[in-house]
Amino acid sequence: MAPVRGDGMRGLAVFISDIRNCKSKEAEVKRINKELANIRSKFKGDKTLDGYQKKKYVCKLLFIFLLGHDIDFGHMEAVNLLSSNKYSEKQIGYLFISVLVNTNSDLIRLIIQSIKNDLQSRNPVHVNLALQCIANIGSRDMAESFSNEIPKLLVSGDTMDVVKQSAALCLLRLFRSSPDIIPGGEWTSRIIHLLNDQHMGVVTAATSLIDALVKRNPDEYKGCVNLAVSRLSRIVTASYTDLQDYTYYFVPAPWLSVKLLRLLQNYNPVTEEAGVRARLNETLETILNKAQEPPKSKKVQHSNAKNAVLFEAINLIIHSDSEPNLLVRACNQLGQFLSNRETNLRYLALESMCHLATSEFSHEEVKKHQEVVILSMKMEKDVSVRQMAVDLLYAMCDRGNAEEIVQEMLNYLETADYSIREEMVLKVAILAEKYATDYTWYVDVILNLIRIAGDYVSEEVWYRVIQIVINREEVQGYAAKTVFEALQAPACHENMVKVGGYILGEFGNLIAGDSRSAPLVQFKLLHSKYHLCSPMTRALLLSTYIKFINLFPEIRTNIQDVFRQHSNLRSADAELQQRASEYLQLSIVASTDVLATVLEEMPSFPERESSILAVLKKKKPGRVPENEIRESKSPAPTSGAVIQNNVHVNNSHSKLNNSNANTDLLGLSTPPANNVGSNSTLIDVLGDIYGSNNNSSAVYNTKKFLFKNNGVLFENEMLQIGVKSEFRQNLGRLGLFYGNKTQVPLTNFNPVLQWSAEETLKLNVQMKAVEPTLEAGAQIQQLLTAECIEDYADAPTIEISFRYNGTQQKFSIKLPLSVNKFFEPTEMNAESFFARWKNLSGEQQRSQKVFKAAQPLDLPGARNKLMGFGMQLLDSVDPNPDNMVCAGIIHTQSQQVGCLMRLEPNKQAQMFRLTVRASKETVTREICDLLADQF
Amino acid sequence: MMLFMLLFSRQGKLRLQKWYMAYPDKVKKKITRELVTTILARKPKMCSFLEWKDCKIVYKRYASLYFCCAIEQNDNELLTLEIIHRYVELLDKYFGSVCELDIIFNFEKAYFILDELLIGGEIQETSKKNVLKAIASQDLLQEDEAVEGTLRDIGLL
Repeated sequence: MAPVRGDGMRGLAVFISDIRNCKSKEAEVKRINKELANIRSKFKGDKTLDGYQKKKYVCKLLFIFLLGHDIDFGHMEAVNLLSSNKYSEKQIGYLFISVLVNTNSDLIRLIIQSIKNDLQSRNPVHVNLALQCIANIGSRDMAESFSNEIPKLLVSGDTMDVVKQSAALCLLRLFRSSPDIIPGGEWTSRIIHLLNDQHMGVVTAATSLIDALVKRNPDEYKGCVNLAVSRLSRIVTASYTDLQDYTYYFVPAPWLSVKLLRLLQNYNPVTEEAGVRARLNETLETILNKAQEPPKSKKVQHSNAKNAVLFEAINLIIHSDSEPNLLVRACNQLGQFLSNRETNLRYLALESMCHLATSEFSHEEVKKHQEVVILSMKMEKDVSVRQMAVDLLYAMCDRGNAEEIVQEMLNYLETADYSIREEMVLKVAILAEKYATDYTWYVDVILNLIRIAGDYVSEEVWYRVIQIVINREEVQGYAAKTVFEALQAPACHENMVKVGGYILGEFGNLIAGDSRSAPLVQFKLLHSKYHLCSPMTRALLLSTYIKFINLFPEIRTNIQDVFRQHSNLRSADAELQQRASEYLQLSIVASTDVLATVLEEMPSFPERESSILAVLKKKKPGRVPENEIRESKSPAPTSGAVIQNNVHVNNSHSKLNNSNANTDLLGLSTPPANNVGSNSTLIDVLGDIYGSNNNSSAVYNTKKFLFKNNGVLFENEMLQIGVKSEFRQNLGRLGLFYGNKTQVPLTNFNPVLQWSAEETLKLNVQMKAVEPTLEAGAQIQQLLTAECIEDYADAPTIEISFRYNGTQQKFSIKLPLSVNKFFEPTEMNAESFFARWKNLSGEQQRSQKVFKAAQPLDLPGARNKLMGFGMQLLDSVDPNPDNMVCAGIIHTQSQQVGCLMRLEPNKQAQMFRLTVRASKETVTREICDLLADQF
Repeated sequence: MMLFMLLFSRQGKLRLQKWYMAYPDKVKKKITRELVTTILARKPKMCSFLEWKDCKIVYKRYASLYFCCAIEQNDNELLTLEIIHRYVELLDKYFGSVCELDIIFNFEKAYFILDELLIGGEIQETSKKNVLKAIASQDLLQEDEAVEGTLRDIGLL
């Protein structure tokens, strides 16, 4: 042990040695009590105690406190030390006060007085001691007492640099407990200009303060952006020798760089000035370039400091989300880190990539690393890194890779750490639901979850699968069959019994035709689990049994026997006993009709945000990636892909109700067109607006409006847009209803039509202006007129921008103005239909597409859709009753285009063949494109 | 902002604690207990960062001592590791190859040095030279007083 400078306290060293030599906890406590008694008597009795002795005893008390014992005296003596004229005594006094803060009001006044005296001192060491003490206590009392002195110290020209540094952070500490301490007005600019200070230490401390002030009042401190950018740029381009001791292991001022980069993240966009933005981008590029340079030192400190700056720069790039080039570079850099030797870097790279995955510019880039991430999930030695890999997989998941990612997560779940299983189960359940295009897959995934990790499947998860099965007719038979098979496993999880019981009770009839799953077999299978289950599950099973009586009257007596058994004392649980008795009576007394009514199939559940997602958010506040691509900031997207992103995002939390409810909300009197097939009425519950059967989901929401004219076009947590439209000949009128769902006004509200001049020559759309402010809870209407001059492809888009709570929002929505709106339905008999059909046999007049049908093939649904499409659905024209044929005329100003269509289902192959014939080539193609993949 | 810093030994004995947020004593003890157990259970090659409650923990072992900091969600983990390292460098320079015993017997010095490095959970001075200068000027004051005391004791003053 090296000799310590300053004056040591021998008594203290002896006491510490004594404590260390204690053989047992009891001996230690004994020694401490002895010392406490000694100190107490010294403090009480000995009036001649000098400063050194007081200091020594106060220090011993401190040591005892730090060992974990309570100290209830000595505060007064410590406060006495504050006013000692010996620095060493004063310092110990301050330390005691800082560690054992006591808001005893008598003492606090004395302490404040001492601090006041020391702040006046000409010796900076004393001033700093006082400032450190204020910061350590940081109470409101302190803020009130020093609200004048500290800001003055900070900006005064006379203050020494070391004091300024302490004053800046002391002020920051007080600002956190009492925000009103910061003076406004001219002080603002003086504080901001600390960023230009010569002394790097002052700038470093001041940047922390300014960061906090900006968070409270971004507009007032906006001036800091330019200064911060230029300071940062100078540091980044400096050579490591320029900054002397502020260079840390060959990295110039890493702390200040990181703080400046964080400061800039308070603004979005960081700056409106092109010059400043250019300089910032240049700086960020320099940081990215430096990451590629060979290291200047092998020490981990060098790489840590360098990468700390790099990660913060990447955070800023992600935060701005406006420079595709930088985002992609950041992603590549992080990709390299994924296979770095350092666990820390791999962990941080995964974390950072979670954020990149939510940017539309880098989402695809992140996906390139999927394999490595899956390997990380499986192979990393550290559970926190594995967990991060899971988070990233969740964030990078989309429709394209969902099946693979979900499968990998399921595989990993079998061996996953117990600590992360529950969360993984939630994530798998959410992804499966969100990206299911085929709900049999969804059912398989959830049942697998229960099989693999039944204990971690919370109620929310299995409630959810039941809701979805009940709401989706197409999957019910499959679900019944699958649970039936799952229940045959010798040991199956109780959650499986619950799901199985519920689903068979509702849909057992769908598989009862098969002798292997005949009613009695189903019942016996379920009942074989009964005795192994908790009372709650038993209660559920009893309900399943009574439902069986309705579904399968032939096994009524078997079930009644079971009820009888459990309706008496044999069933210890009162609830079960009561259920059994009541169900028994019901089955005896009620007529078949009454039973059928009482025990009818469950009605559909109302749509709402997935309760599972809510659980995950609660579990990990702030850590759940929205799992949505953020809204586009790119100007005027015209391609389908970009629009997909836009619409996608903005619906992230929308709750699309059924169209009736929406219409009511909009106050439209016309009932919604009731022509949407049953499988599209249930909109994905996670708020995803795409229907279940649509693989080319790009513009599905608008595509829904192919078949109807009224309803909700768009909805997110802020805004709902309803549409009502009518068309006659080649003219159309469209009302858009913008409803503000928030509690605050949306300002700068501005819908802009995106429809090129060239396209306007074909479809002329006029839009009335709207008020720039949309009040909280209010709804405004915007009228559009459309005139079809010539046939056209696609449909116009509107780009809607507004400010909500200070942040700019922007998204694009395709208008329901496709060319089919100008159809006039045409009646004709088979003879004239086929005559025209044959006439339109030229190469340019025909267009044909074959596509896979939605699961399962839904013919009535398809008919409904066609009726809404605008053409006349012609019955008894086609000899095959399953085929659908339609005829219509498109009205344009220049000409009328006759159009015929035939849709032929192939039930075996689950395919459709669509043929369109029209007198004009462009129309043929457009109609065919519009209708393909819609059934 | 750093929320707190804990120094503890491989045996789980707390050697230094610095809280930058006001927690009740009971909570402090609970946090300490939980973190010491969690970190001691981790293996050497593991990541130095972990999610804990609503903050992040950054820790590193130097010889027999663990240095453990809690920071906020948005704070920079790698740089927090370097704050720890800078603190270790300062202790090392001050004590001359610091060991656990130095910190036990001179805990007050360890606090004074930390106060020069961090205030209110934010880094105050990143230059090693400047921190050591500040500590040296404190010591100088003490030595003057000590000399003065000795002189007075032997009747020369």
